[in-house]
Amino acid sequence: MTRDIDYISKQKFMQELESYRKGSITRRHFLNVTGLGAAAAVVGTAVPGLRPSPAFAGDIGDRVVLATWPNYHDPENFEAFTEATGAHVQVNVFGSNEEMLAKLQAGATGWDVYVPTNYTISTYVDEGLIEPLDTSKLPNYDGAAFDARYAEAGSVDGSLYAVPKNWGSTGMAVNTKHNDGKPIASWKEFFDIARDKFTGRAMVHDYQLTTIGSALNYYGYSFNSVDEAELADAEKLLIDVKPHLFAITSDYQPSMRNGDAWLTICWSGDGKQLNTDMPEIHYVLGREGGEIWSDYYAIPKGAPHMNAAYALINFLLDPKVNAKEVLAHGYPTADARTFELLPEALKNDPILFPAQELLTPLEFGAAATLTDPNRAELMARFKSA
Amino acid sequence: MTARTRNWLLLAPAGAWFLVMLIIPLTVVFIFSFGERAPAGGVVPAFTFEQYANLPARWAAFKNTMTLAPIGTLSALLIAYPLAYYLAVKSSPKWKTILLVLVIVPFWTSILIRSYAWIFLLGGRGIPALLDWVGIEGVRLINTPFAVLIGIIYGYLPLMVFPIFVSLDKLDKRLLEASSDLGAKPWRTFLQITLPLSIPGIATGCMLVFILLMGEYLIPALLGGGKVFFVGNALVDLFLQSRNWAYGSAVAVTLVVVMLIAVTVYMRLITRLGASREDVSIM
Repeated sequence: MTRDIDYISKQKFMQELESYRKGSITRRHFLNVTGLGAAAAVVGTAVPGLRPSPAFAGDIGDRVVLATWPNYHDPENFEAFTEATGAHVQVNVFGSNEEMLAKLQAGATGWDVYVPTNYTISTYVDEGLIEPLDTSKLPNYDGAAFDARYAEAGSVDGSLYAVPKNWGSTGMAVNTKHNDGKPIASWKEFFDIARDKFTGRAMVHDYQLTTIGSALNYYGYSFNSVDEAELADAEKLLIDVKPHLFAITSDYQPSMRNGDAWLTICWSGDGKQLNTDMPEIHYVLGREGGEIWSDYYAIPKGAPHMNAAYALINFLLDPKVNAKEVLAHGYPTADARTFELLPEALKNDPILFPAQELLTPLEFGAAATLTDPNRAELMARFKSA
Repeated sequence: MTARTRNWLLLAPAGAWFLVMLIIPLTVVFIFSFGERAPAGGVVPAFTFEQYANLPARWAAFKNTMTLAPIGTLSALLIAYPLAYYLAVKSSPKWKTILLVLVIVPFWTSILIRSYAWIFLLGGRGIPALLDWVGIEGVRLINTPFAVLIGIIYGYLPLMVFPIFVSLDKLDKRLLEASSDLGAKPWRTFLQITLPLSIPGIATGCMLVFILLMGEYLIPALLGGGKVFFVGNALVDLFLQSRNWAYGSAVAVTLVVVMLIAVTVYMRLITRLGASREDVSIM
């Protein structure tokens, strides 16, 4: 039942290698398409009738630089954007919000558009690293079309700084083949089975927010806790689990696919992609809770191609374009206009749109969770232990 | 233009480079290391030894580096020496060129891509599957210190082969004949003539590999699965994840100091073995 996408033709490989060397594709993309990483975004093939409306008057320059996450866009949309505007989309892929923040704090990133997660935006505003958005330059933005839960973090003190891209949850992916066909249902089970039947087969993220958050959930504490005693418990658990782990990585799709790993902390879009290709891999939300999040489009202060930045965000907010994005990355949209354009099967998909009672215990990450120095240091101690 | 002015002018580009790219950044790092972490990350100036007092929290990273760097260097030496010896002494001139090119060929591809290839060789469907097939079951390679060691030896081998090859290639072959004519057995000739004369190559190769290994980041990150942690990986985390520049600077300064000490000890050792300081051509 496993669809084998581990190989590509020699000729295609050489082509991809060539473009990799020229720097025109990202490392992760290279891994994904060559099967070295084997993580094609395959929620569905292109749906007919979804052509973006060509729209931009005026010259916006020849390029726009986007800082975003892996497996997060439909490359065809970027091609269409280049065709419509003449601006080439240069994509930089990141592993964590901390890394994005660190690069912006160090200054001069050259980015025009980036994709911050809900809990980071107030920090960017405090640090003066984000540009307030002028909605008159975003005709495709309709504030009323978005579910407020996934849009409210974009405004700080009444000013709009970021517009919603998509939301998602952080749960776990489990290969049920190795557990008598049964999934697991809680973070308690996750960390217990990782030290027992799944020893050497489980992965946690290389990301303090989700890894520490899940360990806190194990004890029934809040995902966002910065309480020292609770963090000490989480650290004890993580250090105890560490020798049993297969890896500490946020690039977990390849090892889940090739069978080296059986269990991982997982973002819902990755869960959807894995489940589509290998139905024995289930995506589940922890019973104790976990994270619900929302990613946004924003413009960093001093973006070198400001007009192109607005043009790209506006383009990606076009419901037709956005629907294609959703089909590619497998994360749910907060935009009602885009939702309408999705195929019925996707609208009712339990991974994209989980039942309300499963969503209720989930928490949005807090700004303090991201910037708390104790959590950062705990993660570093765990990794170097 | 006097000779003196000309000399200064010719040295100016390298001197400026050295100042801007090495001295100034190192000074900045040194100053940062006495600072404190800013609330949202970064550094605020201060004068505190708090960051240095906190160093034991990265003990495991230093321990991993200080174990795997020497082991990696020694393993590379043991594998590279016979290869360099064969290339320089035993192979025919025609083959020598071809074999040398084969040693260089891997450098045409980025170490990043070559290390990725190892992920698949060492992963469950690679070498372990082969071992499984011949009856050795349950072998795990990827994400272990051993996988990192393999990656290190693979990546750094050519850097060890070349200096040794050069010193052996320069070796006057008549010395070997003389030794044999005077009745020495091959092993004695090797130990008394070849090996001592190749010490400069060994010294240079080990130094090159060891210094680069102390700062290694990529191979443990790729083949260690985030579980085999070098100081280089700790530094990346401190600057890009926890954004504790002050502490990161203290760790960096410590790494530089540890390296200087290791290199000094190493030079002493090499001199005692009979090489002169000038023999280590990168120093």
